[in-house]
This record gives sequence, structure tokens and C-alpha cells, in this order.
Amino acid sequence: METQFQTMMKEKSKEAIRMTGAEALVRSLLMEGTEIIFGYPGGAIMPVYDALYSFQNDVHHVLVRHEQGAVHAAQGYARVTGKVGVAIVTSGPGATNAVTGIADAMIDSTPLVVISGQVGSLLLGTDAFQETDVVGITQPVTKWNIQVKKAEDIPGAIARAFYIARSGRPGPVLIDITKDAQFANLDFAYEPIKYIRSYKPVPVVDTQQIEAAAQLINLSKKPLALVGQGVILGGAEKELTEFLEKTGIPAAWTLLGLSALPTDHPLNVGMLGMHGNYGPNIKTNEADLIIAIGMRFDDRVTGNLSTYATNAKVIHLEIDDAEINKNVHADVPVLGNVKDSLPMLTEKVTANTHDEWLEQFRACYRIEYDRIINKELYPIKTGLTMGEVIHRISSAFKDDAIMVTDVGQHQMMASRYFRFRQTRSVVTSGGLGTMGFGLPAAMGAKLGAPERPVCLFVGDGGFQMTIQELGTIFQTKIPVKIVLLNNNFLGMVRQWQELFFDSRYSFTELINPDFQTIAKGYFIESQKVTTREEIDDAIIKMVNHNGPYLLEVVVEKEGNVFPMVPSGASVSDIRLE
Amino acid sequence: MKEEFTLSIFSENHVGLLNQITNVFTRRNLNIESLTTSESAIAGIHKFTIVVFSTREEIEKVAKQIEKKIDVIKAFVLTADEIIHQEIALYKVPTKALLDGNQIEGLVRQYGARILEVTPEYTVIEKTGHKAETQELFEKMDKYGVVQFTRSGRIAITKSKAELLDNYLRKMELDRQNVN
Repeated sequence: METQFQTMMKEKSKEAIRMTGAEALVRSLLMEGTEIIFGYPGGAIMPVYDALYSFQNDVHHVLVRHEQGAVHAAQGYARVTGKVGVAIVTSGPGATNAVTGIADAMIDSTPLVVISGQVGSLLLGTDAFQETDVVGITQPVTKWNIQVKKAEDIPGAIARAFYIARSGRPGPVLIDITKDAQFANLDFAYEPIKYIRSYKPVPVVDTQQIEAAAQLINLSKKPLALVGQGVILGGAEKELTEFLEKTGIPAAWTLLGLSALPTDHPLNVGMLGMHGNYGPNIKTNEADLIIAIGMRFDDRVTGNLSTYATNAKVIHLEIDDAEINKNVHADVPVLGNVKDSLPMLTEKVTANTHDEWLEQFRACYRIEYDRIINKELYPIKTGLTMGEVIHRISSAFKDDAIMVTDVGQHQMMASRYFRFRQTRSVVTSGGLGTMGFGLPAAMGAKLGAPERPVCLFVGDGGFQMTIQELGTIFQTKIPVKIVLLNNNFLGMVRQWQELFFDSRYSFTELINPDFQTIAKGYFIESQKVTTREEIDDAIIKMVNHNGPYLLEVVVEKEGNVFPMVPSGASVSDIRLE
Repeated sequence: MKEEFTLSIFSENHVGLLNQITNVFTRRNLNIESLTTSESAIAGIHKFTIVVFSTREEIEKVAKQIEKKIDVIKAFVLTADEIIHQEIALYKVPTKALLDGNQIEGLVRQYGARILEVTPEYTVIEKTGHKAETQELFEKMDKYGVVQFTRSGRIAITKSKAELLDNYLRKMELDRQNVN
């Protein structure tokens, strides 16, 4: 869809207009459809901020409290909208503060354009004030980056950045712009980029591979589909459902593949990996065919590779050639966007059902329900469990909220027990596991999807890593619902200490501040709940509150997330307790 | 099993690309045996030749991770039997050592080396060949006092009739026309 700005610019004559590099930067962002920028000003980016002052009606700039927050917010925005998230930071510490978010976006394939200011080009390499080699620092954690030293190179760099960030397997791009390039004048004309000679974002699907894959699927007695984020990034949810429904193949999902398939879909058999469901893990080693769809066999999914999927042939549908055979050998690799390859496969496979095989997953679920889920969701003990809180909140949002999480026990619990009806409903830090991701990402998610409720689950540890973003939420009036699951512990590390380090709780207990007072300081409504009797009313109050809200729930101090595939163990050695 | 591979990498001439490429090796803790880089036969396209000891499985993953870099056009994995390769070595010996007998002259003849420059103080000898050959000459000549010795990285040319990159570029050009 065209923005107002793009239409206006099109109507204007094609003649180049004379302007500063800074203004050209802002206009270029607008030409790419940028609606929102998360940023933080500073010396080396001041000309751009001066230009932004004139464009306040065209683009919404959100002033964050820390550059890490800017990037995570841009990630949250990108993940729920599918558009490119934009962040602007200054040189030196501004840029280095952004690095964690950029690395997170890289490993989770999130499209971002990050603009950093840089010292004047004559000062480069002289250890000038707030100079840092940000292009060097971010080189391993960006899909592409570039330093721009001339004003006339700015529009081209932006065009290239957006094309690279959003095409193929998406990722973060950084553009470092010297201050003199921001000040200097150029003749502005904008031309989007559609092609780069050395870059092939979407491989063409090989029909022979489709034939080979279809043959394996037709012969398989115990096939299992593994659904990754590639389905969401490719917008292939419908194509996935059609493929699954024609073949009757049970589908399990990775953490980032969550919400590609509705929770209650009959072929949805649950989560893969370390804290995933019992069935999908244990059945991975019984399956005779694994169909990996836009996922990358992360070690948290596979456990010990030498004992992974030992009885199965593997079909790997993937857009990124570097993922093929990286961790798991693919008998039939199918390169390409799954939006293209899935329908081709659906056409070639014979309609089938796998009722008996599916029933085995249900049997596994019943075991897991009796041993774990029931106790977690309907506990008889005094302390509140994370699972029951998440379960109740999901229901209160009619299972149709956007779930944002931080990292740790609550993240695994939320992924296990929150329920979804539509895609792009999950924003979580998967590959990098960045504590502090949740709060700023939730802001970006809410601004990206203002019509949907956004519910953040965060632990007391991660909350305090980016807690200053409460200031952004207050100033910008972002109505996110924050559920703080407080066990006064770094829970996941504590769990590992309990299980693998003889309960030696080395530096994992937190003595926390009064979070209610902190919320009050930011004029954010809040409530603290410690008992089961209070929880439902508190949730209703939060859901109905018009504006941001902090619900602090004090949960049992030493709760554990199960099932668990211990680090380095086989998926079939999943522990139920 | 680890064996010697030569990677032939073609790229755009983008600042910092060498760093991007070597980083893929660093991440996997792979030691680069030799590396040369210069403009290729095609104007504007850079060529890197990297020699590394690795397994076939790992080197293929490395090549794909290098190819994934936006400005890298293509990375070819080549084994010793697929290429003709050379290195160049320079030896500086005191001219006195050359004049004191005919041993150095004999080595120069025997190894197909040549004398580049002679001054009253020193003589510079050049030899091209494989590493083992230039190394052997060094060890023999060192008995007579090699003052300086330096060796380049490998350059390589493929034995296949068609130029791998040319075919690839032609295909890319077709792709581009299809896009526009």
C-alpha cells in the first residue's frame, strides 16, 4: 500500500530537488514507506534529527530511553507487520548500544534498517569523540552494512538497504552516515532497488526436487512436519495449512514458527525442542520422514545431532542455501520461498490421512497432560504457577492477543500455554535469547498493530534490563499490557543450577525493588497479585484498562519448566520431571 | 578427513569484504593457509584465492556461508586435482655467498629459479612453484646464508574448459532481465 508521502512525491515532477543529505535520508525513508522510526538523538546524528523536525506529520518518531530499546522496538514492529523496522542512533555509544538488538534481529531473520550517525569524514580513524568503527563491529551481525561519506550516496544506500533487509531471508542492515554527508547538499531523486548482481534472494524452486519430495511423502507412514518462521516470513500460512490438510501430516513448530498454525488446528501437535511438547520430541526419533518447512534445525530444537531423527529421511524446504545440510543432512533439499514450494508440493502429493500416527501424538499429549500440564495449569499447591497465569490471561484475551515475551522460564511457559488464532502473533527473542528484549519489543509490536491487544510476559530479571522503556511507554502513550511474572529469581538459570549444578544457586536470587512504585513513578497503572483468589479480577482489570498496565504476579519461587531435553541430550531422552 | 582445498571467490569490490570473508573462517576456528586477492579478469570483479585444510563437509558449509554475503558473487570449492596453482618466492642472499663457489648458481639452475637483481652486497633470486618446491630451495640455499625469504599466497586457475564465473555471470544477467 502506498503511503500519502509516496503518492505526493510521485505526483511531483521527476526533477531532482536540491537538499541536504539529512533531508534526503528522511525523504528516502518515507519513499520506502516508513511510518515509524525508533530513535535516540546525539551529536553525530543531529542534522538528521533537525530534518525530522520538519517531517513530524509524515513519520512518527518514537523517542526511546536507550538505543537497545530502539532496535528491539523496531524488531517488535517488524515482526507483527512484516515491514522493515527502522531505528536511528548516534555514533559511538549510540551505535554500540544498538548492537545487541541488531544481533538479535540477525539470528531471528528480522528485517531492520538501522541508521547510525558517524563523526565527520575528516575525523574518521583518528579516535575522535564518540567515534567507533560501527561498520566493523556490526559486520558479523548484519545482513549487510555500509558507511556513507557523501551526501549524494545516501538515497542509493537507503534503497539498497531496504531491498536487502526485506528480500529473501530478511535481516538487519546498518547504514553509518558521516556528519558531513548529512550536512552536505545533493540533488535528490529516489529510485528503489529491485536487483543486485551478486545477490540472489529467492532461489527458483527446482521441480525435480519437488517430485522427489512428493515421492518420499507419498511413501511415508510416519511423517512429521516441522514448521519454522520461514512460513510466517514468506506469508505462506495458507499454503502450509493446505499442504498439511491434504496430506494429513502432523505439524510441530519451532519457537519462532509459533502462531503460523492456529493452536487448535487438529494437525497441530505442539512445540519442538528443549521445552517443547513430549510428543513432537519423542516422535522425531520414530518418524520415517521429517519435512522441515522454513526452519534451521537450531540446537535447542535438535538436541544431540548424532541421535536426532535417526529413522527419518529429511526434506528441507528453505530459502537460505547456507542452512541446507548445515546441521542436519537433507535427503531432499528444496530451495526457495516456502510460499512457492509448498503449493507445488501440495499439488504433487496424494491426499492422505495418518490417523493412527496422529493418535500416537495424542497419546503422548495425554501423558504430558497428566504428568505436567494439568499440574501447571490447575495447581493444588498454594503458590501461583506461571502456567496458570498465562493460561488465564490467554483466555481473557479470547486467545487472540499478540504475545510478546522476554527470555527465560516465562518465555517457555508462555510459548507452551498461550493460544493463538492468527499468524504474526508472537514476538520473542529466539536465537539470541536476549533478556531485556520484551518490554521494548512490546512497544514496537503495539505500534505496529494498534488494533490488536499486545500482552508482554516478562520476568523480574529481564524486566530490569530495559525497564527504562517504561518512560517511552508513558511519554508515547503505548497501551501495552505488561505481565511481570516475578519469582525473585533468575528462574531459568536457577532451574539449571537445581538440575545440573547440585542446587548451588550461585548469584541467581534477586532482591527486587517495589515494581508498583516504579510503575507509579512512570504514571503507569499497576496491580500486584500474590494469591489465586485475586488473579482473575486482576486480569479482567488489566484487559479492560484503557492504556498501559503493569500486572505483577508473584509466582512460586522455585517452579521449573518441564518437559525438558537436557542440553546435549537426545530429543528422545526428554524428561517429564 | 581433512584435506587441502582452494576456494576461488568472486565478489564485488566492496569495502570490508575481506573482513567479511575471513570472518566465516574465524567463526569456525579454521586457519587460513594462504590468501591472495586482486582484481579478476572481469573489470570490477574481485577474486580471492584461499587455501585451507578442512573436511569436504565443512568447506562446503563455509563456501555457502561466504556466498551468502550480499556482495559475494560466487564461491567455488576446488581440490588440488582441479586446479593449476603457483606461488612465488623471493630469496635474498649475500652476493659474496654467490661468488664464493658455484653451489648457489647450481641450485638456481637445478630449481629453475632466476636472478632478479645483483648488487655488490646482495642478490635477489626468484622462484615460482608449489610451496614444497620453494621451501626445498630455501632449505638448500639457507646453508649459504639466506638473508631474507618471502613467499606469496597461492594463485590458481581451474582445469575445466569453461570459465566457471563467466557461465554464472551470464545466468545472472538473464535473471536480471527477467526481473526488469
